Amino acid sequence: MSSENIFKENLFNHKSNKNLAQELNDANLAQESKQEINDEYQQMKLGKIKEGTVLDHIPPDLCFKIINLLNLEQHGRVISAATNLTSTKMGKKGMIKISGKILSEKEVNRIVVVAPNVTYSTITDYQAVKKVKLKVPQEIVGIVKCNNPNCITNVESVQTKFKIVSEEPLKIKCNYCERTTVKEEIKLLM
Amino acid sequence: MLKKKDIISISDFTKEEILYILKTAEEMNKKDCSELCKGKILATLFFEPSTRTRLSFETSMKRMGGSVIGFSGEESTSRSKGESLYDTIKIVEGYADIVVMRHKVDGSARLAAEASKIPIINGGDGSNQHPTQMLLDLYTIKQSQGKLENLKIAMVGDLKYGRTVHSLAAAMAMFNAEMYFVAPEQLQMPNYIIEDLQKSNINYHIVDNMQDVIGKVDILYMTRIQKERFPDLQEYEKVKNVFILNKKLLETAKPNMKIMHPLPRVNEISEEVDIEPHAYYFNQAHYGIPVRMAIIALLLGCVK
Repeated sequence: MSSENIFKENLFNHKSNKNLAQELNDANLAQESKQEINDEYQQMKLGKIKEGTVLDHIPPDLCFKIINLLNLEQHGRVISAATNLTSTKMGKKGMIKISGKILSEKEVNRIVVVAPNVTYSTITDYQAVKKVKLKVPQEIVGIVKCNNPNCITNVESVQTKFKIVSEEPLKIKCNYCERTTVKEEIKLLM
Repeated sequence: MLKKKDIISISDFTKEEILYILKTAEEMNKKDCSELCKGKILATLFFEPSTRTRLSFETSMKRMGGSVIGFSGEESTSRSKGESLYDTIKIVEGYADIVVMRHKVDGSARLAAEASKIPIINGGDGSNQHPTQMLLDLYTIKQSQGKLENLKIAMVGDLKYGRTVHSLAAAMAMFNAEMYFVAPEQLQMPNYIIEDLQKSNINYHIVDNMQDVIGKVDILYMTRIQKERFPDLQEYEKVKNVFILNKKLLETAKPNMKIMHPLPRVNEISEEVDIEPHAYYFNQAHYGIPVRMAIIALLLGCVK
């Protein structure tokens, strides 16, 4: 079954959305409307949150990784996540909505290191009060582990510090042992 | 005046700063420096033992009228009781005016510099950096060739693990050198060094034997190939004699071609080469004194 058919079937099965299904059946439906319905469908599936954080435009293969690195399994409030959603910009994307939690700067930087270009929004009273496209900081402090076992950061109690050598593809250099690490090799500190 | 507080890595230096240190080193040889650092104390913290580096720093300080305190090896220090490097440095900064340290852990010198209020000189941090060796290598090249720009240099031996040749390649790139990397395939120059040279449009050649390059270069920089780098000893047996320099190989060398080596050597330069006019490795070791005198004096502000 094609993804569009799955989409339609799911939509038809959703009782509260019959009007949308009807629209979808219309053979002359404009492409823009389809996208609009698609977006609405996605939003419906994830559910709006009253207050908290929305992470959008996540590369689809990194959605669950981000849930793990934010330790969201410990979060006692509603979390909704979806991946392989249709995206005009990315083709496919992931999205995470975290109710009742505003991310700390360190948590945001942890996300940036594995998934640059994620859109980060904070929500108050169902409205996005802050919406930014994340960007890799010039210095990454206390987030990434140095892969060199003989680096001083792996021997003594020293906070790791990396400088950005290249943003795309991401390449970082340890401030201490000067080894470079590419995106695929990056390991986050717990 | 050198604007740096510390000497940690070649990546901290501009070409102008390197030239300024070398110029100051040349002046050290010309004038009376016996009271230049009088009343100043150099702490030599050699967590890992060393002969040439430690002795040449001690000699340098004493030639300028300064004093030296320090240790060699961790056994006799509080490190053996579990004291952190950070704490050791915080203690010593209250005892001395300047520190030179060698440590087996990569990045230890940078940490010490962050911890310390007084200047730190990196005398070798693990396999990472040994910047004063790089500076004395440049000084040696300038003394032997009269210039640093546009020279041809061959680096021979273990180019993969040798921190000396990594720093030298980066430094010589600043002076537009043409470089020949002569090594068995498994010990060739690491990709990240090659990538940097490509970015700087440096002309370089990957070569697997010395004969092809000896007649072309101004400097032949030898390093030792260590048996333990080869997982397969048969591979070591195949290459070990290919990278030994003897008198016969020097027949095609330019008259002013000079042979350098960071020392210690084992068998990669035959003793018969020592009396050849090309042999320059003992001069190189001696040049460590004016260069280290210049570094200490500049960091202490005893020369401007």
